[in-house]
Amino acid sequence: MTNKKKKLNPKAQHYQAIQKKNETKRPIFTNCLKAFFVGGFVCFIGQLISTFYIYFFDFTEQTAGNPTVATLIIITMFLTGFGVYDHIGQFAGAGTAVPVTGFANAVISSAIEHRTEGYILGVGTNMLKLAGPVIVYGVFSAFIIALIKTIFSQFLGS
Amino acid sequence: MLVGHSTWKFNQQPAIISTGVVGGPFEANGKIANDFDLLHEDLWLEQDSFEQAQQKMLEEAAEIAMDKAQISKGQIEFFIGGDLINQITPTTFAAKTIGVPYLGLFSACATSVESLALAASIIDNNGANHILTGTASHNAAAERQFRYPTEYGGQKPPTAQWTVTGSGCALVGKSETGPIITSATIGKVIDMGLTDPFNMGGAMAPAAVDTIIRHLHDLKVDVSHYDLIITGDLGKIGHEASFDLLVEQNIGIKKEQYLDCGLLIYNDEQPVHSGGSGTACSAVVTYGHILNRMKNGELKRVLFVATGSLHSPMSVQQKETIPCIAHAVSIEYKAGDVT
Repeated sequence: MTNKKKKLNPKAQHYQAIQKKNETKRPIFTNCLKAFFVGGFVCFIGQLISTFYIYFFDFTEQTAGNPTVATLIIITMFLTGFGVYDHIGQFAGAGTAVPVTGFANAVISSAIEHRTEGYILGVGTNMLKLAGPVIVYGVFSAFIIALIKTIFSQFLGS
Repeated sequence: MLVGHSTWKFNQQPAIISTGVVGGPFEANGKIANDFDLLHEDLWLEQDSFEQAQQKMLEEAAEIAMDKAQISKGQIEFFIGGDLINQITPTTFAAKTIGVPYLGLFSACATSVESLALAASIIDNNGANHILTGTASHNAAAERQFRYPTEYGGQKPPTAQWTVTGSGCALVGKSETGPIITSATIGKVIDMGLTDPFNMGGAMAPAAVDTIIRHLHDLKVDVSHYDLIITGDLGKIGHEASFDLLVEQNIGIKKEQYLDCGLLIYNDEQPVHSGGSGTACSAVVTYGHILNRMKNGELKRVLFVATGSLHSPMSVQQKETIPCIAHAVSIEYKAGDVT
């Protein structure tokens, strides 16, 4: 960034200073606070759902994870489809982007958006446009971690 | 007639003889809802896609402009217009419906003035009797092309702007009275090295300032010549940054004679962040609100400067800066004789 700025001519540097002065700053502290509480609230709902499955169905603490995630995804699907989720997202920021609901929203909103281009080339191709990187780098980093773990456990085990 | 380096001065009185202004549901709740000819309740306009909805609005605005002037398609020689969507297809399909010879333009949000300037120039040179100019934008169509899917829950920074859903058309022809287009200044591409596509107002401000200064210089007039200088869609940040730049130039501009369409269109309670944007922003505000104020005698001479940010989603991803442009036309209202 600093390197790039040095290449700018003095006129551009001068303007960028003026622009910076007028630019509305992101309210980082309030954003963090909102994200913390909304994100926490999403997890609280997740915990309630999980407890519900353990109490009323034949699930244990280990196995209740999958139906809990599925339920949260279904709720997100409705909130996205009815046009509510983007408003919550604008308020909560990372609070609704980081939990599994954010991932679901990224997939579902892309699927809805590209319906006009057809089910194969529209929905099929573009559904993972936003969520794709999460899968690619999620799988890749899991592979690296697994590799490190295997090497270490082999080394320490012998 | 060329004056100075890049300004045309028109002698044959090309004028905006009528306008058509159409808006969407969000605009209907805005500050200037009364200045629209037609407002839609449904964002889709009962079409299958947002792009078709945008096309429909442009067709409607064109129809309204022709009806108001009582001029039929057969009397219009050319249609000049453009929009933001890939290869300006919504305008092209609208041009198919309108069915007159068509010149398509891309100047992002400066398209409204670019088309108006070209139309005035062609008419001034006797190249046509009537030219229809216009543009349209649709919030959801622009969102999906330039940002994220409409229902995606990403958080937008306070510097972001809200694309106007609407369309503004102006029918240009020769007239003795009404809003006469007296001159036009063609803008240069100005790039101050800004890269944030969520802060287009900040990127476009220097382009607006450059065009305004060159316009005044070419015509050798003082800034007080104009009752109002209105920019297209700089929003809060761009408006303030450009005002600071104009003050630095010592041209004696006053705060009350400098306004921005992006700040006039919506209510303060509407969550539009820094203000309105989109090709329709400058068109609907000027062809509706500002021309009405001119008709009421509140304003006599207005310099209309539309600003455009000429980036593409690809250029942004390739870490390119945002090139910007601004075109200006001056409009002078000549009241008709009382009959």
